[in-house]
Amino acid sequence: MKQYLSGDEAFAAGIRLARPEVVSAYPITPQTIVVERLSDMVEDGSLDAEFIHVESEHSALSCAIGASAAGVRTFTATSSQGLLYMAEGLVYASGGRFPIVMMNANRSTALPWNIYGDQRDSLALLDTGWIQAYAENAQEALDLALLSYYIAEHKDVSTPFMVNLDGFILTHTYEEVDVPEQADADKFLPHYETENCFDFEHPKNMAFSAGPDTNYIFKYKEHAALLRAIPVITEAEQKFAEIFGRQYTGLIDTYKTEDADYILITLGTIAGLSREIADKLRAEGKKVGVLRIRYLRPFPTEEISAAVKNAKAVAVLEKDISFGNAGTVFTNVTSALQAAGLNIPAYNFIGGLGGRNISHADITDIFEKTEHGTERVNFIGIEVQK
Amino acid sequence: MKPFVREKKTFGFDDVPEDTCYEAGYLVTINAGWRSIRPVINAEKCVGCSQCYLYCPDGVIAIKDGKAVVDYDFCKGCGICEKTCKIGAIVMEDEQK
Repeated sequence: MKQYLSGDEAFAAGIRLARPEVVSAYPITPQTIVVERLSDMVEDGSLDAEFIHVESEHSALSCAIGASAAGVRTFTATSSQGLLYMAEGLVYASGGRFPIVMMNANRSTALPWNIYGDQRDSLALLDTGWIQAYAENAQEALDLALLSYYIAEHKDVSTPFMVNLDGFILTHTYEEVDVPEQADADKFLPHYETENCFDFEHPKNMAFSAGPDTNYIFKYKEHAALLRAIPVITEAEQKFAEIFGRQYTGLIDTYKTEDADYILITLGTIAGLSREIADKLRAEGKKVGVLRIRYLRPFPTEEISAAVKNAKAVAVLEKDISFGNAGTVFTNVTSALQAAGLNIPAYNFIGGLGGRNISHADITDIFEKTEHGTERVNFIGIEVQK
Repeated sequence: MKPFVREKKTFGFDDVPEDTCYEAGYLVTINAGWRSIRPVINAEKCVGCSQCYLYCPDGVIAIKDGKAVVDYDFCKGCGICEKTCKIGAIVMEDEQK
């Protein structure tokens, strides 16, 4: 059924269709609406779940870990400082291989205090062992709510899944969204069954320690599981397309990259405007394209290098900076280029920090600078960078 | 209760479970290698009051036949038992002795 929903509302609608049995979350702008809608759904009986009101994000994720360890499908959501406050729990969830799904509303981190969108929060926690996906629009956000459980709970993966929505630009913007029927959602997503849980009949040791003699093997297995998620993402998207008629494109999606000389690599909502500018520049005879990263973990190492192998230069636009180096997406992309032996210029553009608008002119300028060469790292709007 | 302690063995890749949910004690082995001082209980003084048992952060003290006993396979030698023993029945002794 077509509905007019914000990104947060669409995500909540998707979570209801996924039938989690426990929701534990603490409200934080711009994620709050997800939590409010889910608590409404529990109250009106349309979602049969325990809604646990917690006193902090650290507790929200800890409750979700406990519920997942009891063998049920769980959901939590947060943003910004809340995600950072959860950091300790993130590695417990991934190390324990609990397939929790979390929605993160991408928002700047303090100081200076700011509630608007950028990607510093989730990128700061890229190495915590969670699958990380970035949605572009409300429909994709809703669909990821279902896809994420399928992928996270798959026996080859068993890894928690963070779905990122650009704060305000996606979480608070209303769009037409196709909300699937419950019967179709049930066909796509079976009831969660696991052996990684408490069992009173066959007691086990859970969430234990492991010394230097075995610890590295657990860590390798975690890494291998994230890599195994790549074929599972393809499998999930095929099954999703069969049932819902919407086909996604795995770890990346590409736009006019096949013959492009200059490719802009980005993630999240800004991909839409980037494609618009690419069309405009194409009309002027410039061969440009856009590559949107959908998944940062597992990282599309081969997919990116295959898509840009004939380009003359690439740009990476992200709402993040790893202070003292470059944007984290940029360093991941350049390592993919290096792995494929691609020695092409790559330029990093840092934009949208603290919710600053990225304009038509900014993106046109990025393509221009990528063609003619520029600094390795460029802050949009700041000309003097020494 | 003293936990099950397996014999020291080398774990291969396939011996290690996929997640941290497995048979109890499977990976447990003696873990006291960094202890530099050890609590020694004077059984004649000990009255079995259980204070050391209650305060031991590692849970390695038991009361047997009315007296405290320490499991040296897991005791880390922190000395909290010595501090909690009001009658001075526990003394910390150098491991090299």
